[in-house]
Amino acid sequence: MYVAVKGGEAAIANAHRLLADRRRGDRSVPALRLDQIVEQLALGVDRVMSEGSLYDRKLAALAVVQARGDLIEAIFLLRAYRTTLPRFGYTNPVDTGAMQLERRVSATYKDLPGGQVLGPTFDYTHRLLDPQLAAGAEIEDPAQRPAEAEAMPRVSSILAHEGLIEADGDMPLDYVPGDITREPLQFPMARDIRLQALSRGDEGFLLALGYSTQRGYARNHPFVGEVRIGEVELELDVPELPFTVPLGSIRVTECQMVNQFKGSAKAPPQFTRGYGLVFGQSERKAMAMALCDRALRATELGEDVIAAAQDEEFVISHSDNVQATGFVEHLKLPHYVDFQAELDLVRRMRAEYQDRENQDKAEEKREAAE
Amino acid sequence: MTDIATYNFAYLDEQTKRMIRRAILKGIAIPGYQVPFASREMPMPYGWGTGGVQVTASIIGPDDVLKVIDQGADDTTNAVSIRAFFKKVAKVAVTTETAKATIIQTRHRIPEHPLNAGQVLVFQVPIPEPLRFLEPRETETRKMHALEEYGLMHVKLYEDIARHGRIATTYAYPVKVEGRYVMDPSPTPKFDNPKMHRSPALQLFGAGREKRIYAVPPFTDVVSLDFEDHPFEVQTFDQPCALCAAENVYLDEVILDDHGGHMFVCSDTDHCEKRRADPSSPLSEGRAEGAGGGDLAASPATPSPALRAAPPHDGEGKEAR
Repeated sequence: MYVAVKGGEAAIANAHRLLADRRRGDRSVPALRLDQIVEQLALGVDRVMSEGSLYDRKLAALAVVQARGDLIEAIFLLRAYRTTLPRFGYTNPVDTGAMQLERRVSATYKDLPGGQVLGPTFDYTHRLLDPQLAAGAEIEDPAQRPAEAEAMPRVSSILAHEGLIEADGDMPLDYVPGDITREPLQFPMARDIRLQALSRGDEGFLLALGYSTQRGYARNHPFVGEVRIGEVELELDVPELPFTVPLGSIRVTECQMVNQFKGSAKAPPQFTRGYGLVFGQSERKAMAMALCDRALRATELGEDVIAAAQDEEFVISHSDNVQATGFVEHLKLPHYVDFQAELDLVRRMRAEYQDRENQDKAEEKREAAE
Repeated sequence: MTDIATYNFAYLDEQTKRMIRRAILKGIAIPGYQVPFASREMPMPYGWGTGGVQVTASIIGPDDVLKVIDQGADDTTNAVSIRAFFKKVAKVAVTTETAKATIIQTRHRIPEHPLNAGQVLVFQVPIPEPLRFLEPRETETRKMHALEEYGLMHVKLYEDIARHGRIATTYAYPVKVEGRYVMDPSPTPKFDNPKMHRSPALQLFGAGREKRIYAVPPFTDVVSLDFEDHPFEVQTFDQPCALCAAENVYLDEVILDDHGGHMFVCSDTDHCEKRRADPSSPLSEGRAEGAGGGDLAASPATPSPALRAAPPHDGEGKEAR
């Protein structure tokens, strides 16, 4: 006799207990400490902060270890925490031109004020597995040079002097940027809103879309005007105080893509911009974001919208990996009520089909007999 | 690091709750209209009831009694999980009894036991837009709602009939609310659609990932779309529940072996258990025999004679009897 399945509660509790066990793994292996993750898995932590939209290395590290290294799960953990935090203000816009740089490369100029600085990049490493690393080899200290006295202006500002590139946004000074964590997304959206969504968008998704523009689906002839990684100061205006309050600094990656533009009915021939800015060090994400940003400006620049990467509703509606993973994975939840409804329909339709078949056959037989 | 995990009553901060309540009030004022709201990340995944959880979290108070069902059952894992969540973050009383609950959060079903005035039914909604599978663009579908341009939906239903001889939508069957907005009743089987019609309970719908809230206030017309010659019909089952012998209730098919053996049992576990525990209870008569809205006669708030005289749920195309 069938007995209604009970004990969901116990099953869930046991599943969580098993999960905790598997997360910890072999107890004879020392447990990871958060500072180890912050220091040694820094780029994973950066991605979690960036797509989790919360700049806190320690919490991101906790999320990474709690998620057993599943970064999308870690991003989700961080988001679910950040959303409960009270909002007490908005900082002044950061000045990335005044960034304390650790890396800065430009693909458009051989040399430029401040020079090219490679910084900690994988770019010219040979991707050979390093057995010495597994053996715990000592790592030598990095070479240092004196801090740059010279300002390192953004490449886009250099181009702007000649009027060859469009202005860096034309928002009025009193424009209050939107906040996608406080207002529902509505289409079509302003670029500031779109950039926020892209900045927390899934790295893989934006990478694929950016790649698709390079392969001809809304090609926009990009050059990396500049990629820079470094620390920027955050400042807050407090109404009661006569000065701005420094809050500290955060590490960001900024990409200014310079795109060729032949001109349209709406704008003269000039270079246009695609922009990417993310928390931490993530060039891949910042560059993909810049490609997508430029592609999504098609309507604004009077270009034909012909490819997925140019379609704002398509890109922004599907770029959030926390939403995407939730909805894809919710297919695991029971759907038997709806499935029953479909079963019933298919059975009835099959029965009708069978009746018709039988009728046809009977008629054929009769005709043959006659 | 140790003091980071402090959360407000019912998880959401009060500002967020106010924002959601404003959206709910707007939804109630415009029945069936999808109100955009700044949906929050919740500690459960999108697609797992975050919209319903946000609605519940915004309206729940310490005195409320919460029931959570998924597929009609209180003991499905996600229902257990959501109930445990509110027990933890709001410390509210929970129940599995439909009649005792003040708030019922549900996925895919409406309880068989009639709802009363004062109860709130909160639906978890995956895709709130009934026109979404006909037109993927939000910018377009909002326009279609604004212009009350629902021809496309009727064409879809007509094509079903032309192709299959019947309307081949069995769940998430579109309804028209108070003669204005076409609304997705969430993926409940169409069997439950008539229960929405003039229900004395407040029905709230939350779609977290899609950031929409909508509502059906008590005693609101909810009419399933149909045609005069193809009137709306609910599913019927050839046999009663194998456990409690209830008829005219929604049944789940349970596979017994791998030789095609199966049995049909109530999808609403509370309803089924009640009947088995007390065969003489009025529940044995079953509410669903009269497929009207809520149990108007039994409702403590006596409805107006006009409401009482209202016909049971009819399809849109039919003349009122």
